[in-house]
Amino acid sequence: MSDATLPATALSSRRAAPRGALIGKVFEGLCFTAATTLLAALGGIIVSLLIGGWPAIHKFGFGFLTTATWNPVTDVYGAAGPIVGTLVTSALALALALPVAGGVAFFLTELCPARLRMPIGTAVELLAGIPSIVYGMWGLFVFAPLFAKYIQLPLMTAAAPGSLLETLTMGIPNGSGILPASIILAIMILPFMAATLRELLMSVPIGVRESAYGLGATTAEVVMSVTLPYVRTGAIGAVMLGLGRALGETMAVTFIIGNSHSFPKSLFDSGSTIASTIANEFTEATSPVHTAALIALGLVLFLITFAVLGLARLMLRVQEARS
Amino acid sequence: MSAGKLIRRKVGDVAFKAFCVVVTVIALVALTAILWSLLKQGVGGLDLDIFTKRTMSSGSKGGLANAIVGSIVMCSLAMVLALGVGILAGTWLAEYGGRSAYGAVVRFLNDVLLSAPSILVGLFVYEILVAPFHGFSGFAGSVALALLAVPVITRTTEDVLLLQAATLREAGVALGAPLSYIIRTVLWRSARSGLLTGALLAFARISGETAPLLFTALNNQFFSLDLRHPTANLPVVIYNSALSAYDDLVRLAWVGALLIAATVLAVTVVARIVAQEQRRS
Amino acid sequence: MNTVNPVEDFETSIADIDRAQVKVDVKNLDFYYGKSHALKAVSIPFARNQVTALIGPSGCGKSTLLRTLNRMYALYPGQRAEGEILLDGENILAAGTDLAQLRAKVGMVFQKPTPFPMSVFDNVAFGVRLYENLSKADMAVRVEEALTRAALWNEVKDNLKGPGLGLSGGQQQRLCVARGVAVRPEVLLLDEPTSALDPISSAKLEETVTQLKADHTIVIVTHNLGQAGRVSDYTGFMYLGQLIEFGATGDVFTRPATRKTSDYITGRFG
Repeated sequence: MSDATLPATALSSRRAAPRGALIGKVFEGLCFTAATTLLAALGGIIVSLLIGGWPAIHKFGFGFLTTATWNPVTDVYGAAGPIVGTLVTSALALALALPVAGGVAFFLTELCPARLRMPIGTAVELLAGIPSIVYGMWGLFVFAPLFAKYIQLPLMTAAAPGSLLETLTMGIPNGSGILPASIILAIMILPFMAATLRELLMSVPIGVRESAYGLGATTAEVVMSVTLPYVRTGAIGAVMLGLGRALGETMAVTFIIGNSHSFPKSLFDSGSTIASTIANEFTEATSPVHTAALIALGLVLFLITFAVLGLARLMLRVQEARS
Repeated sequence: MSAGKLIRRKVGDVAFKAFCVVVTVIALVALTAILWSLLKQGVGGLDLDIFTKRTMSSGSKGGLANAIVGSIVMCSLAMVLALGVGILAGTWLAEYGGRSAYGAVVRFLNDVLLSAPSILVGLFVYEILVAPFHGFSGFAGSVALALLAVPVITRTTEDVLLLQAATLREAGVALGAPLSYIIRTVLWRSARSGLLTGALLAFARISGETAPLLFTALNNQFFSLDLRHPTANLPVVIYNSALSAYDDLVRLAWVGALLIAATVLAVTVVARIVAQEQRRS
Repeated sequence: MNTVNPVEDFETSIADIDRAQVKVDVKNLDFYYGKSHALKAVSIPFARNQVTALIGPSGCGKSTLLRTLNRMYALYPGQRAEGEILLDGENILAAGTDLAQLRAKVGMVFQKPTPFPMSVFDNVAFGVRLYENLSKADMAVRVEEALTRAALWNEVKDNLKGPGLGLSGGQQQRLCVARGVAVRPEVLLLDEPTSALDPISSAKLEETVTQLKADHTIVIVTHNLGQAGRVSDYTGFMYLGQLIEFGATGDVFTRPATRKTSDYITGRFG
């Protein structure tokens, strides 16, 4: 049998459709279903929060967002305390973490001796994965006593009566409250932000950096006027991603914020965040309205984080498309 | 250039470098302090009882055995669920619908889910699996963890599949193989270490998650492999014990935190090694 | 259609070949990557059991033309072809064409070796298993035959279970040729198959190509003019998406009919 005649005979023995043609359709359908499941999960979260929170939204209306009474005994709930607590702790955490994370990222990409670059970079990335409950415990058992002894008490005694410092440092000197919670949050988001910023800075083409140095620019000038602007959009995205984490973080905060629902009056005052309130009360909520109010709180948190994370991801995508 | 300007630039540069070094030192000190406390407090309490005895109330020396087993079982089930959905969804994004408008929406929402507050996932699962059936369950806990793992797996699956050379796909197509067959026999296989990396990272992500388990799996003082009922798990045991104000329980919480952190670190290190192997080949 | 990118008025010279010998006949083919017009009214015949080389500077459209012959472009939305490509008289650009069947008839080997992540044996058997239910023994025969024809059998016969990715670059490329011919295609498309290989491996592959033409119609895209001269019977020279010259290889290389061809062959550009 000569090979030149093979194709014809071989064809006749072939099946009409190759193996898996039908399976192919099924497989594609499965993949599509899985992708749609993701969409459904997110949709499901919104819908379930809306339905679960509806009794509270219906009962308290817009006032839910603006009043600060949170009273399970009288069954009256206003979320202003936890909402403000969430926003303030996250903003403070970001303000504390951002310069440090930036400094670490610049150090690792521009200054670090080559021998240390890998180990420190890897350590930072590994620390970004440590479960937040570890940060929470450390905050409660190690950080809070030190903070109370060496920072809170001296500040409070130093504050002159009636001064701004006194207003800011009011509270019980037990090391828990808004500022300590913010510091723990900052430490928690720090490795993540530093690792993301470092990765972004490393994506700057070598030629761009080298030509800036080639013009005689100093390290500070290269970083501030060339590499950082080069990844600006992505850097803002990374920062907002860190903010998103801080906003939704439960464990690092719950241990140390003090858990009071009143409106925080000072940096050392105890307070609460949306996530800590839900974590503390959800399984112990006795009335349906209490449960609904907690779920409505969840909805508020969802909307805030969705907006922040959505914007962050869009910016990172834009940056990715650019480089 | 005037000498004054040159000096100003030099000073600025030195100040910048000093700032970077100082904050890096501060950051490393803070993070080392956390790991150090974890080791100091955790290793002391580490003994055989931890792995053989169940959790008990303060006063009677207990262990973490039931929580460890519960966590392993719940995480395993969560990974099975998440791998199925995540790999298929990531494959759809990379090979089928990723360029469509719908694909863009799915990818965007997946990115959002990737860092969505885990406590909300817990609330969602409570609403769909706990409240309707009047009971906390290990299964609900697994579903909550799976929902947190899926976005990680979807993202890495899409990324590693897109990294496979287009020519590999074309070489399969050129033989007359249907795309789905090439995906299953060639692309998945060639991307397997990347897929493994994604799975390990997802596992690391969920193994320390506490918030979503608080109102899904709840807790259980006893050994139980029956996921229809509340199931003990390390994160919730740590949470409850740490807040208990009993010294012996707090000590147990540190041991649990050490176990979780060590697991997460070990899994992450393995994931990185696997990823490096992939890059090398 | 051509108002955006008008067809430039180059001098062309397309030789005729015996119609009875035409296996694949490309007629008036236009190709678009989105809005960019990559092939402009290309007509070229490919003779049965002969090697036709496509040459020309980078971006001239030679690879694009090759990728229309098995409709590889259909993987990518936004890419489309207009005109006719007749394979044994049947238009493969027609809407109803079964692409999997077409690709089983028209095999392809790529620029870089593309072994699948499986054993040498499974690589070769991969395409065969799609279409035929062969017994173990028959499959072994088929794999040996394909590897022999790709001049690889002697080098791998003791290690058929080893991974395809474990072979050297030149061996990997011949493995890909074996994988392609195992399906027994009628036409074999080679897209710069030696550009990633060392000179010795290239020579081995060229020898393989010459032997394969007894059973297959071969189209080879190459940057290497010497290679085109050595292995091909016919040559097509392309420039800016157009076919400038087509004829017997000896004619094109020794007596180019157009100025552009002669400039390219003598190395004045490209």
